[in-house]
Amino acid sequence: MTALLELDRVTRRFGGLLAVNNLSFAMREGEILGLIGPNGAGKSTLFNLINGVFAPNAGRIVFAGVDITGERPFMVARHGIARTHQIVQPLTNMTVLDNCTVGACFGRENLPLHRATEAARAAAALVGLDDRLHLAALHLTIAGKKRLELARALAAQPKLLLLDEVLAGLNPTEIEHMIAVIRRIRDSGVTILIIEHLMQAIMSLSDRIVVLNYGEKLAEGAPAEVARDPQVIEAYLGDPKLAAELEGNDGNGGHGSAAHD
Amino acid sequence: MFGIIASIIDGVLVGLVYGLAAMGLTLIWGVMDVINLTHGTMIVAGMMGLYLLTGAFGMSPYFTLPPVLIGGFFVGVALYWIAVHRMMGRPPLMSLLSTFSVNLVLVGLGTAVWGTALFNVDVSLPGLTIDRYTFPGAHIVAAVLAAVIAALLYAFLHYTRLGKALRAVANNREAAELVGIPTTRLLAIAVGGGVALAGVSGMLIGTLFPFTILSGDGYQLKSFVVTVLGGFGNPVGALMGGVALGLLEGAVTPFVPVSWTLVIEFVLFVLVLIAFPGGVFASRRGAL
Amino acid sequence: MLRRPFFWIIALVVAAFVVLPLIGNNVELRESLALAAVYITLASNLNLMLGYAGYINFGSIVFFGLGGYICIWLVDAHHWPLAASLLAAGIGVSVLSLIFGFGILRLRGPFFALSTIGIVEGVQAFAENFKPWGGSSGIYISPEVFAPLGGPGPALWVIYFLFVAVMAASLFLSYGIKISKFGLGLLAIGQNEDAAAILGVPTPRYKALCYSASAFLPALAGGLYFFKGAFIQPTDAFDLTLSTEAIVICMLGGQGTVTGVALGAYLYEELRGYLLTSSTFSNFQLVIAGALLLVIVLFFPSGLMGFIYSRFPRLQKVLE
Repeated sequence: MTALLELDRVTRRFGGLLAVNNLSFAMREGEILGLIGPNGAGKSTLFNLINGVFAPNAGRIVFAGVDITGERPFMVARHGIARTHQIVQPLTNMTVLDNCTVGACFGRENLPLHRATEAARAAAALVGLDDRLHLAALHLTIAGKKRLELARALAAQPKLLLLDEVLAGLNPTEIEHMIAVIRRIRDSGVTILIIEHLMQAIMSLSDRIVVLNYGEKLAEGAPAEVARDPQVIEAYLGDPKLAAELEGNDGNGGHGSAAHD
Repeated sequence: MFGIIASIIDGVLVGLVYGLAAMGLTLIWGVMDVINLTHGTMIVAGMMGLYLLTGAFGMSPYFTLPPVLIGGFFVGVALYWIAVHRMMGRPPLMSLLSTFSVNLVLVGLGTAVWGTALFNVDVSLPGLTIDRYTFPGAHIVAAVLAAVIAALLYAFLHYTRLGKALRAVANNREAAELVGIPTTRLLAIAVGGGVALAGVSGMLIGTLFPFTILSGDGYQLKSFVVTVLGGFGNPVGALMGGVALGLLEGAVTPFVPVSWTLVIEFVLFVLVLIAFPGGVFASRRGAL
Repeated sequence: MLRRPFFWIIALVVAAFVVLPLIGNNVELRESLALAAVYITLASNLNLMLGYAGYINFGSIVFFGLGGYICIWLVDAHHWPLAASLLAAGIGVSVLSLIFGFGILRLRGPFFALSTIGIVEGVQAFAENFKPWGGSSGIYISPEVFAPLGGPGPALWVIYFLFVAVMAASLFLSYGIKISKFGLGLLAIGQNEDAAAILGVPTPRYKALCYSASAFLPALAGGLYFFKGAFIQPTDAFDLTLSTEAIVICMLGGQGTVTGVALGAYLYEELRGYLLTSSTFSNFQLVIAGALLLVIVLFFPSGLMGFIYSRFPRLQKVLE
């Protein structure tokens, strides 16, 4: 398979803390890869490394055949990688439409302003924000802000989308809606790397799962395999019964009973 | 040759006072991420305090330290409530502008009353003479006092309850609030402390060099250089940075006209920041 | 841009500046409008950094003063015509600020702001020691330079119209940037620089371009200002008062808005004129400016336009 994204022995240290340790995996084009792990396992740091917010201390990151290790964030965006943030980062005083237009203007397509506005509208419509285009971002609810993060990332027409806990803080209806949106995004040809703590959601969405613990890869494979893996159960899921339950519940994403971390 | 070493040593003595000044700046910075643009003027206020108290009340110079310290503290608390309190939670641009505007008012009032008159406080103490070089007594006393105050500040921050609470607020304001620390009160105390330190350092500098109302800018720049060298929010670093700056000044001033010293320090400031965005001894942000 | 109503509002204001003083040869009005034009020029260009990109430039006077020096020097020592000297001043200052900009724009918000003050002090120290520029005594230009403009009297009119032209360019520039892709990127940087970078905004390049762009027209204004006075010296050329006033004007009118800056400049000039006639201490000028800025920052951070837009939201579609 020609990997869209390849991480090769990526390592990142912060002082004495080894946040990401010798991590390697690859993503196929068009797949949804779920990234799970206990809090502090290094998931968001990994996103920051891919995005270029920090450079790895060792290892390489290759995207669509191009070595993007250590490139600045705006160059990474040009390659076609977009992300949402765990703690939403709206462009506060700008409207929903303007937020998305920024994404469309400066993302992979690098569109001129008028075409970017159209792409922005389309992205906003995809997540259901088209009724609030001229509302300032600060007036949105938390769910609205999360949708804005997503719409803004999509407006850039990325090839790879990094979703960081995009379901956190949403109620069951909103979660269901968001999951449907994510599936639609993948169907439109976008590859997705998703961090999520909502077990049922991520297990049902993902084609494959990578489990991180203390910055290292603990397991990798299909959701069902990973849920059965005793190391994963011990480190993360904690409860063999829950693991069995999850196995049985494949395909039922979006139930409100979130698993405990 | 010894001349240069003597100059450097003298520079270190004065540098300790600069370090004290910078501690005032970095205390406020570390606790609440606010850059106090009245800092230079507060230093001048300390100088004026020295001048007025020795002139009007005939106080002995070093005895003005307690009133300047206490007065500075209350001025700082007032500054917090006037210009800083409402800026918490707003973009950092805003607190920069609010302290800047207070500074405009203060400098404007100061120059309206005193103009650009040069003030000098005569502090004649026996100096220390080694070989052919005399280290002015005032420099030595100022350095010692600065070091003592710095040590007291360190002890306060690390060994008293209030000090620990301050450090908690610096580290993570929300968490500190959640464990029951009255953060607003502590923020006010921090600004009070920062201004008090600025004032005291001004009082000490007043015993060393003549000054005008407008001298604040130069000393403020020095405080920024020291802070950058020593790490933001790091009082010990500030003292070390002060020593480093003093060392540099001592080494450079024999060769360079005085008006260029500030320019050199500014260039240093920018270059160091470009190379070390967190300062040279970058301690973790928000830690004291 | 021509299709938008706001373009024509600006054009109308510019026309008023051109026509009004001509009525009855009103020299007093002309001088007052000339000053307003200078304030509007400085504030609009400052607004690019402050209101759009969110970077405070405390030392924007350096563009004005340096532009003044280059223009005066070319006119006096090398006998260049005014137009060429102005252009050279503008280009020279823009290029220099592009170079400096790449350095200091790596510094985040507050540090950038502080370094802009340092730049002023550095350039002033340079001017005070640079013999070809007269050192601390400055440069006087002889009245002959006004001859090609028709003599001192007509020259003042020519200079006035040039001031208006520079002001017009500033207003159109800040409007044009605001509705462009470049402006959108700058605004994104001003809202959240890290998020903007992740979204693909090329932050270093945009900031440097913005800084350099904000230097060009003030340099021209400086060249005109000091040419008109026929004299330039370091303490006048690099007096931080003017850049401070520009900041107050931006905040007063509403940072990030084009209308606000123009309104703010007009209001501030009125206030200042009133103060200067009622007290002899020019230092009170800064006290009032400081107090005004404090009140704005504490209670009306969106300035006048913010207040107006909250009362009349529909105006936001027409005005910028």
